[in-house]
Amino acid sequence: MADVTAALLTTADGRPLKAALAEAQSRARRRAFLLVAPLLAFVVLTFIIPIGQMLDRSFHHDGFSANAPNLVEWFDANPEGTVPDEAAFAALAADMKLMKENKTAGEAGTRVNYTLAETRSLITKTARGADKLAPPFKEALLAIDDRWDDPAVWQAMRSSASAYTADFYLSALDMERAEDGSIQRVEEQGRIYVYLFFKTFLLSGIITLVCLLLAFPVAHLLATLPMAKANLLMILVLLPFWTSLLVRTTSWIVLLQGEGVVNDILLSLGFIGDDGRLKMIYNQTGTIIVMTHVLLPFMILPLYSVMRVIPPSYARAARSLGATSWTTFRRIYLPQTLPGIGAGSLLVFILAVGYFITPALVGGADGQLISNLIDFHMRNSNWSMAAALSAMLLAGVLVLYWLYDRLIGIDNLKLG
Amino acid sequence: MAAASHNDAFVVFDHVQKSYDGTSLVVKDLNLNIGKGEFLTMLGPSGSGKTTCLMMLAGFETATNGEILLDGRPINQVPPHKRGIGMVFQNYALFPHMTVGENLSFPLEVRGMGKSEREAKIMRALDMVQMGKFANRRPAQLSGGQQQRIALARALVFDPKLVLMDEPLGALDKQLREHMQFEIKHLHESLGITVVYVTHDQGEALTMSDRIAVFNDGRIQQLAPPADLYERPDNSFVAQFIGENNRLEGTVEEIKDGRALVRLNTGELIDATPVNVSNKGQKTLVSIRPERVEFKAELLPADAHLIEAEVIEVIYMGDLFRTVLKVAGHDDFVIKSRNTLGQRVLTPGEKIKIGWAPQDARALDPV
Repeated sequence: MADVTAALLTTADGRPLKAALAEAQSRARRRAFLLVAPLLAFVVLTFIIPIGQMLDRSFHHDGFSANAPNLVEWFDANPEGTVPDEAAFAALAADMKLMKENKTAGEAGTRVNYTLAETRSLITKTARGADKLAPPFKEALLAIDDRWDDPAVWQAMRSSASAYTADFYLSALDMERAEDGSIQRVEEQGRIYVYLFFKTFLLSGIITLVCLLLAFPVAHLLATLPMAKANLLMILVLLPFWTSLLVRTTSWIVLLQGEGVVNDILLSLGFIGDDGRLKMIYNQTGTIIVMTHVLLPFMILPLYSVMRVIPPSYARAARSLGATSWTTFRRIYLPQTLPGIGAGSLLVFILAVGYFITPALVGGADGQLISNLIDFHMRNSNWSMAAALSAMLLAGVLVLYWLYDRLIGIDNLKLG
Repeated sequence: MAAASHNDAFVVFDHVQKSYDGTSLVVKDLNLNIGKGEFLTMLGPSGSGKTTCLMMLAGFETATNGEILLDGRPINQVPPHKRGIGMVFQNYALFPHMTVGENLSFPLEVRGMGKSEREAKIMRALDMVQMGKFANRRPAQLSGGQQQRIALARALVFDPKLVLMDEPLGALDKQLREHMQFEIKHLHESLGITVVYVTHDQGEALTMSDRIAVFNDGRIQQLAPPADLYERPDNSFVAQFIGENNRLEGTVEEIKDGRALVRLNTGELIDATPVNVSNKGQKTLVSIRPERVEFKAELLPADAHLIEAEVIEVIYMGDLFRTVLKVAGHDDFVIKSRNTLGQRVLTPGEKIKIGWAPQDARALDPV
């Protein structure tokens, strides 16, 4: 018997069974692939490639390395910490001439400027007068600007001399390269990114929590009401989806501003004095309130879809077994809604972390999130910096996703 | 009838009414006493109010009017978790996120029972349903029959005096269902608990119950032990609902010595026992069980009335023959005869005479 089962199984006409099976299924598989091919192409073109480009930009910038070949050569030949000699200044002068010829001084300067501020003007200024440079080059260059003697400038050029760099990530972590090439934190008043990342994740966490607390009872109501009433209520839940985001946000401004409806009501009821009007907008509070409202449906829908399929007999069984309503909720109902809580929280949190328009409109000075800073860098054409921040945001979300998978399990996720 | 009196009854429904919408009654004036240790089945078609009664007893629905007493104590205001009633649900309602052991542990934990005591009780309950090895499985890993056993064990693990079962075997296949009927009956007997069982399956009701309450239209139509219910139905609904049944319409010709002579609408005279009729001239529906109809004259009482019948179809069913006859204008009159050695097998088209003992035909209310 063992021999028979060990032998390769064949079809009636003697072909190996595996090959026959693959052949029989290949047609269906080809057809299935053709059906998903358009979407696959769309996703590759509009998602995978742009993301790849963004990641590439965050650590690849050849603005300086491509336009300063002589300096690149010198940096390669001499280790870090070498005091620039006459050969170095000669290379610099040669590159300046090259930049003037090719009109690439601005591009190169921009790259160095990302690493050390105010070096762009130094490079463009020097390049303008590059034609008149003659040996000895050190003196000639120092005559144009004595900053050429500054080791920090040379360090910045050295790190720009490679097309691949971690400088943008260092900046995004509030770090910089010291003159000797070691990594250090930037001065205290210059540290903005880490704090902003922290604040973004904290506010997103608060928004997620508030959404969960507000959505849970609503989703439960939706799941237990008769179908006709539940549908009506569902329309109310979905209504914000059909209203322009701008309209909703500006409505909140009308409601929450200093002279707004809420303050007026509180004032007329005597809860606050005229000089004690609450500041509920153009700050963190405003960001939290408005984003909670905007993201609430994303919490309600997954919760509802999970709660709808929990049969009421579970709660009844628990009650008949002697559990109080609180115990029934805590030990029977809540655990069964976990897939919905997980899905809703993950959805809201990820959306909140990358949210841009609402904090931009109602965030004021202290309600801005990391996405607003990414936007700032993009508008200032610092694509690499924006890309590095975005990549870090992406990494942060992926880490959370991984944590979620470890703690709760991704197969427990139920989005709809 | 073994009806417990109002005073020593364990469960009492006292003029209970229930309405969901305020315009119609789902349960109309229910009075029912259930004795301690009794196995009572509520049987009826869907929408007859039987499940509503069970839910009121469990505490998930409140009676609109009337009082329900448990062990002499009114329980209308007692929340479900304080009633101490075990319940087996139609779809078992085993908590999917807990193992079998945790499911059974739950009622003991909420009662604040210590760990060692809990474990002993869980093992005892699992052994009772022969599921001792399954304590660490999840409900989803069990078959329907196994889940059913666990649901039963969970309802019994905290030693309730009363266990309610809401169509617990409905989702099982026929063979398993019959096996579980036997097991539930056996558990009931060995534990001495009171069971209220809801089903729409009459076979299940007849097999398991001490008494059956047949529900229809929000009322109990008849409350009786299985044999009484089958052999002596009180009204046409019960006769029709329980078992197979032949019906003949007619008018009462004469009532004498507990026997009625009924003139069928087609003119023939037949014997019957008056149940819901008392006067000459009343319209009636005579109900006769197929296995009590006889076509061999020598087996009938000498003075029995016989009527003409024509054989339409004979169906061989192994243990018996099911013969369809045309009788008094009806062509759906059924008789069943045992497949014994020497049984006379009828052939279609044959003309015969049939009759029955007067006590086997019951003159009931006309429909």
